Order: sequence, then structure tokens, then C-alpha cells
Amino acid sequence: MVSILQTAFELGLISSLTVLALFLSYSMLNVCDLSTDGCFTLGAAVGAVVALAGHPFLSLPAAMGAGVLSGFVTAILQTKMGIDSLLAGIIVNTGLYSINIWVMGGASLLNMNKTATVFTAMKDLLRDTTFSGYYKTIVALLAVFVIVVFLGCFLRTRLGLAIRATGNNPDMVRSSSINPAFTTIVGLCISNSFTALSGCLLAQSQKSVNIDIGSGMVTIALASLLIGRAFAGKGGIIKRAVGAVIGAIVFRIVYAAALRFHMPAFMLKLVSSVIVIAAIAGPYLKSRYPELHRRLTHKYGKREE
Amino acid sequence: MLSIRHISKTFNPGTLNAKTAIQDLSLEVADRDFISIVGSNGAGKSSLFNAIAGSFFTDSGSIHLDGEDITLQPEYIRARKIGRLFQDPLLGTAPGMTIEENLALAAGRGGWFSHITKEDRNLFRERLALLNMGLEDRMQQPVGLLSGGQRQALTLMMATFNPPALLLLDEHTAALDPATAEKVLELTKNIVETNGLTCLMITHNMQSALDLGNRTLMMNQGGIIYDVKGEERQHLQVSDLLILFREAAGKNLDNDRMLLSE
Ligand SMILES: Nc1ncnc2c1ncn2[C@@H]1O[C@H](COP(=O)(O)OP(=O)(O)OP(=O)(O)O)[C@@H](O)[C@H]1O
Ligand SMILES: [Mg+2]
Repeated sequence: MVSILQTAFELGLISSLTVLALFLSYSMLNVCDLSTDGCFTLGAAVGAVVALAGHPFLSLPAAMGAGVLSGFVTAILQTKMGIDSLLAGIIVNTGLYSINIWVMGGASLLNMNKTATVFTAMKDLLRDTTFSGYYKTIVALLAVFVIVVFLGCFLRTRLGLAIRATGNNPDMVRSSSINPAFTTIVGLCISNSFTALSGCLLAQSQKSVNIDIGSGMVTIALASLLIGRAFAGKGGIIKRAVGAVIGAIVFRIVYAAALRFHMPAFMLKLVSSVIVIAAIAGPYLKSRYPELHRRLTHKYGKREE
Repeated sequence: MLSIRHISKTFNPGTLNAKTAIQDLSLEVADRDFISIVGSNGAGKSSLFNAIAGSFFTDSGSIHLDGEDITLQPEYIRARKIGRLFQDPLLGTAPGMTIEENLALAAGRGGWFSHITKEDRNLFRERLALLNMGLEDRMQQPVGLLSGGQRQALTLMMATFNPPALLLLDEHTAALDPATAEKVLELTKNIVETNGLTCLMITHNMQSALDLGNRTLMMNQGGIIYDVKGEERQHLQVSDLLILFREAAGKNLDNDRMLLSE
């Protein structure tokens, strides 16, 4: 039971990096980045290939760099090429499928059973200490900590403020003499580097990467983000970022619990879809309720004189 | 200062919906001019501002600001020299961000990676206090919580934080209640005077068109049909302006629905 919880916690932490990516693109820039699935796999594939080549530490920046490139392409398509932002994400996602297989040398599965990764490095470091059983958790915690602190600082800089304002009111950004196309490009490059890092860490923690590793990630991350919003509400940046992380962990723990109660594993994606629908449609329907109520209670007929 | 030479702009050219919003318009604005602009709905007033601010490029002609040719400069670059307010108080601020964060963006102090410093905060507080709306004590609140009048006053403050070479006001008090409108107008006057700004202001209020500033333009069908300043303007009454308005607009006046207030 404890180990199930611990695994869920680790998975939550690792996927929370993707949730933080969406926190930046979806909550801040107001762009729903549908290239997330492909970018997650890209990070996993690039990270695995670099680790397999014997560079466990280089694998993280390499994966993030690949994510930056992918985000750059998505951003250029929507800011400079007149392609709708949703469509730009879908197009890049599709293209990435081929690129990911190419990165993996034509295979759709890579094994890292005997490969040195950041996780094995941490395992070696913690050997014979009380924390030796927690090496994965520690790596994931470190990564999440660094990214949350980075976001907390970055979103308060002038560039960070401009990125937040871009999703809020692009006209206002322009009148502050900042090009919203520029802030969108920077924002998507950063968010995609988080997504790729997330994929890289997941692949290394499960010691394999498969071409479908990222499928459905965007919905899962969105579900986590919206759960997190329910926890953190509308506080400051750090609070909301931590909320996103908590959302990711809660999502994984609830999912693990559901598995214990014999929910089949293949239900994961349906569950994430339902959560996203409920989180977005719920408030909308709630706001429409008075109108609905009025319709149902209004009596049609002759005016009573 | 601002020199507009023979600009024209047609929307949807070559289609049934073709609409010439500005037609061969020329205008010379002197340093520290405060010009009020009146004209019926659809006269092209906002289009003129859009052309100056760079929301679109004109089809022909040229625009120079402080001797620099800005005819084809992108909007966000021109924004360094041009501040702008719209009728809708929601347009000028980011509602999800705090007053302080909005001001920081408008102030644009420091590099890309600079944070808001204590010194910045003191400066913001000082400037907000000038608005007399108590906003200096609410700097950590999101702008979305402010009323329309407060937001418009804040936008005015932001647009003039670094005094722009040119300030464009497009019916910026039209959505406010009379008392608030008066207050924002008063603020406008103060800010323009203390900073010695050059300012163009569109209004449908004939009285404030004559009260404020040193020169008044009337626009019709994409052109300037009346331009008055100095002595002549001092003797001008609202009723004279209305007569001119009617004369100029001529026959299409009967068909146009005009929003005029005396
Ligand atoms: N983006 C656009 N596309 C098509 N037509 C436009 C566009 N913007 C303005 N127009 C047209 O140009 C003409 C001038 O519009 P403009 O907004 O400049 O008028 P205005 O003088 O500001 O009027 P109002 O007093 O109602 O604000 C109008 O006929 C309008 O329909
Ligand atoms: Mg207008």
C-alpha cells in the first residue's frame, strides 16, 4: 500500500512538470498547447537516446532543448504564419510523431534497463543511507522544486509580467511597447522545455520509452491543473504553481486508489477527460442554472388581466 | 511634431463592403497642442487614431512624429512615443494582474529580468495618490476588481507614466457616469498640463470640446472639414459648433443618428 502511494506520488511529481508547463501556456498565455503529447514523447526520446549514449546528466538539458525547439515551432506557426493556435499545436503534434521515431532510430521502443540515468546516479549516491528507497522521489522533488522556484521568480520579472499580460490583454502588452508575438514565443519555448523534461524523467524512471508515452498527457495535465486550481484558488504565483503540483499528485493518487478498487488501467484517459469536462463545463452550467430554472418555471399562456 | 500628409484608408477595398474611412487627410500638430476632435458616428475619428497609433497601416500618404517617419512602424514600437486611451475602460489594463503589476508593465523600467523594486513601489504609490481614488492602498489587488472610472483613471496614469510624445484619447470618458467623467477629464487636464503633453482628444461632448485644449477639429466622411483655434475659437459657442456640424454634415445629417450632447 505504501509503495503504491509512493509510486503515485512520484508519478504525480514527474507529471506535475507538464502541469506546470500548462500553467504557463494555458493559465498565463491563454494558449491551449495541443503539441504537449508529442513534446512529452520528444523529451522522453531525446533524453533516452542521450542517456543511452552514456550521458545521464546531459540528457536533461538535451531533452529541454528539444522541447524549446518544438515550442518555438508551435509559437512561430501561430504568431507569424497565421495558423490558429489550436491547429498549430495539432500540426506540430502530428509532425513530432515522425520526428520522435526518427530520434529513436526508427524504433518505437527503447529500453534503458542497464543504462545510467539521473535516477541510477541518485540511487548510487544514496546507497546505504536511510533514504535509499526514495531516490526516485528525491530526483522528482528536486526537479519540481527547481522549476517552481524558477517560475516564481521568472513570472515576477518584467518579461514574466508581459507573458502573463499577453494572455490577459494583448492590446495592453502592445501599448506597453512589447510585442505579444515575442512574449508568446518565449512563453511557449519555456513551457515546452518543462513538458520535455517531464517526459525525459518519466522515461528514465520507468527505464523505457515507447512512442505512445505522451499520448493523452495534455488532457491528464489539464485535469491536474484544474484540480490544483480548486485547491489553490486565486492566490499568488507560487501558491498557484504549488497548487498545480498538488493537483498532479492528487490526480495520480486518486487514480491509484481507483485501480485498487479494480478500475481497469485503461480507464486512465477516460477519467482525465471526464475531470476536464467537469472542471470546465461545471462552472459554465452553474452560471447558466438561473436561466434554466427561469425557463422551467415560467408558465406560458394567456396574460392574466 | 505630428505631421500627417495625405493619408487614406479604405477597408475591404474592391469588394461590395469597401468603405473609405480616411480620405486624403492632412494634419499638422504643433508641440503642446491639445486638440479636441468632434464629428458624427462613422466620421473616421477612431480610424484616424488607429492610423496614427499603427493599429493598421494607411494605404497611402505619410505620418511623421518628432521628425521620424512612422508610416510603416509596427504598433508596439510606436507605443513608446504614443499613449492611448479608449472608450472602453477594460481595454487598457490586464484585469487578472494587480495594480502594481500593471503599472510595472506600463512603466517599463529596467531590463527584461528586473523585478519590481521598493523604489518602484514608492513611485507607483506617489503617482496613484495623485488620482485621489485611494488606489495607492490597493496596489496588491487585481485590476479586475476596480470600477470602470477607477480603471480608466489608472489607464490614464499608465499611458502617461513615461510622458509620451503624443497622447490619443478616444472618447475616454464616454462610458463613465457624469461625475466620474468630470473627474477623469480634470485629471486628464492636469496630467497634460504638468507634463506639457501634445494631445488629441475625441469627444461627442461639444462643451468639453470647446472648454479643453487650444484647437478643435471637426471630421466628416474621413476628412477634416473644420479646424479652429486662437481668437476665433474663443468666441465660439456650443450652438455655433452645432450649426457648423449641421451645415458640414449637410443632407446626410437627417439620416445619421448622432449622439450629441450640449
Ligand atoms: N476594421 C474596420 N473594417 C471595416 N470598416 C471599418 C473598420 N473600422 C472602421 N470602419 C468603418 O470606417 C468608418 C469610420 O469609422 P470610425 O470608427 O473611424 O468612426 P468614428 O468617427 O470613430 O465614429 P464613432 O463616433 O461612432 O466612434 C465607419 O464607417 C466604419 O464602419
Ligand atoms: Mg470612434
